[in-house]
Amino acid sequence: MYKYDQYDHAMVRARVEDFRDQTRRRLAGQMTDDQFKPLRLKNGLYLQLHAYMLRVAIPYGTLNSTQMRKLAHIARTYDRGYGHFTTRQNLQYHWIKLEDAPDILGELAEVEMHAIQTSGESIRNISADHYAGAAADEIMDPRPWAETIRQMTTFMPEFSYLPRKFKIAVIAAEADRAALRWHDFALRIVRNEAGEVGFQVFAGGGMGRTPFIAYEIREFLPTGQILSYLQAVLRVWNRHARRDNIHKQRMKILVHELGQEEFSRQVEEEHQHFLALGEDFPQAEYDRIAAYFAPPAFETGLPDEIDRSDPDFAVWLDQQLAPHKAPGYAIVNISLKPIQGIGGDITADQMDVVADLAERYSFDELRVAHTQNLVLPHVRKADLYAVWETLRDAGLADANLDLVTDIIACPGLDYCTLANARSIPVAQKIADRFADPQRQRDLGELKIKISGCINACGHHHAGHIGVLGVDRKGTESYQLLLGGSGDEETSQAKITGPGFDEDGIVDAIERAVERYREVREPGERFLDTYRRVGMEGFKEAIYG
Amino acid sequence: MVDPTSPLPHAGAAGGGPDRATSQTSAVTPTQVGNTLRFRDDPVPDEPAVSLDAFLDQSNANSVRLEAGDDVRLLGPVLERVRLVEIDFPKFRDGRGFSSARILREMGYRGEIKATGDVLVDLVWFMRRCGFDSFAPDVPLNLEDVLASLDRYPHVYQEAADDAVPIWKLRHPELQNG
Repeated sequence: MYKYDQYDHAMVRARVEDFRDQTRRRLAGQMTDDQFKPLRLKNGLYLQLHAYMLRVAIPYGTLNSTQMRKLAHIARTYDRGYGHFTTRQNLQYHWIKLEDAPDILGELAEVEMHAIQTSGESIRNISADHYAGAAADEIMDPRPWAETIRQMTTFMPEFSYLPRKFKIAVIAAEADRAALRWHDFALRIVRNEAGEVGFQVFAGGGMGRTPFIAYEIREFLPTGQILSYLQAVLRVWNRHARRDNIHKQRMKILVHELGQEEFSRQVEEEHQHFLALGEDFPQAEYDRIAAYFAPPAFETGLPDEIDRSDPDFAVWLDQQLAPHKAPGYAIVNISLKPIQGIGGDITADQMDVVADLAERYSFDELRVAHTQNLVLPHVRKADLYAVWETLRDAGLADANLDLVTDIIACPGLDYCTLANARSIPVAQKIADRFADPQRQRDLGELKIKISGCINACGHHHAGHIGVLGVDRKGTESYQLLLGGSGDEETSQAKITGPGFDEDGIVDAIERAVERYREVREPGERFLDTYRRVGMEGFKEAIYG
Repeated sequence: MVDPTSPLPHAGAAGGGPDRATSQTSAVTPTQVGNTLRFRDDPVPDEPAVSLDAFLDQSNANSVRLEAGDDVRLLGPVLERVRLVEIDFPKFRDGRGFSSARILREMGYRGEIKATGDVLVDLVWFMRRCGFDSFAPDVPLNLEDVLASLDRYPHVYQEAADDAVPIWKLRHPELQNG
């Protein structure tokens, strides 16, 4: 994992003091909330329905046990004893007092964490494959590049007030576990025919009210040119985006209006200009950062066999593991989607349990997945039973990874000022309906994603089944969408037809799922069947 | 055409070195001239700034005013006669002017760049880094607040239009003259 040096520490500490001063001026009445708002938004502090919400950056979803314990401590001391992991691998506290915010940032700085640029019109936290550094299928660990880009994009003066937010993701495998093409700017690390490493670059993706899947704008960018290229993209967008309508200012709108070719042409022209300035980071700096991500000292000669005699353990094993690059090791997914729970929520005590497991069994590393689950990336197969027992005792051993109850849902009307409808209760009702573990396993991979408004924080556009909450004449109504995906075969879900009330949407989902069971061919997932038979077959089942 | 080594008039005045703690942008002491906070010691241009269209039509004007949506690169061919560029911020959230200023410095322009309109004290550090060297916002800035904000961050992570040494260079002193 990356470790701050004196410079990183100095910058984060300066940010804490900067924010402390701004908060003091606000509390003393020297600033209105209107004046304070742009400042707090650069620091991840939102004013929500009931309280302030603080979004803490977890760069590329990686953290260690010390950091997780600090998050638990903050949850206990300044919040209501829990936190919420988000679809961009961050953590949110929903019950924060403004006067505590500077102290919380101070506590975070002690463990090399911050909330810089986690909201507002800025370059947000860089997300990455949550299996990075462990996955059997990656060509390298993408996190050194994510960290390098984090530093490049921290307090970038020219892009202090971008037209809107800007989200970056980095992966290094064919399989896309990071919803790459739903980002404004996305990089897939590839090797060319000469064996050189570079980036396949995508731009202009995003969800919200006008969803677009990112286009490829560069087939192969030499890694050493990433800063000049990124600046070129940002400058083209910063100069030419609309500024008159906040809903049309995301980069996806500009890319779409100019077209893929014209946008790429303008970027290439600006890139030549930036290359001439010679501001790209040198290889030596990348090497310095990459050294922190050297693989842990994996033991060799470990057995791959696992004792499956405990049937509950065997069920969990079959659902929650992913292949590790080192023999004798496994990647363990920890579900934060208990049937009666709130997806992504975790108590302070559970954070401590997970931190202990990471320290003892996973080389002190944890990951946050964009699906709002956690990952122990490097566990010896021989330790899996002990890990499972501890998780089970902490209420963290649900075996539902990628199944119908592994639902992404935004906080919705229970917390959010933007929402039109509640998301959490709908997710709970759906999970209840499909709670039977055997039924879940029979249905196989099925990703349900729920947003409480058209801003799409719950990723409904990318759901195999998506649910969108809308406000219809003062009552909550839910639209049903089918066929979306955030993986390497990215697709955008389509609306089935008229919406439903809260109970009606659960019934409608069940009818769609039962139609899948009737018509599926062997080995087909819900999404495969939908792609084969199309919307009509499902519509008939849903609306009769 | 581009002179990345010293785009600001005062560049290099305070020296550099790997252990320098403060970026060059805050090392120049500003003066208050009327409502303008100025980080330059040359005479104040006294002609009123004209619009970009008017400036391109009038061969004797030397001060130009850019609206947020104006294309600063149109000044490239006539840069020789420019002494002052005013860049307007219609609202602080409109960040186009940051790019305009930086592009001017990249084109080798050494004259004054003045920020007008909705300018917040908390953005002055970023504006200085982009090449702005005078500030005449609608609500005048308090000199002490500006100095405090420029003093707040000890380092920078990346290069811009100032001569602040980015952290990566401080980490690799062996590369500094390479």
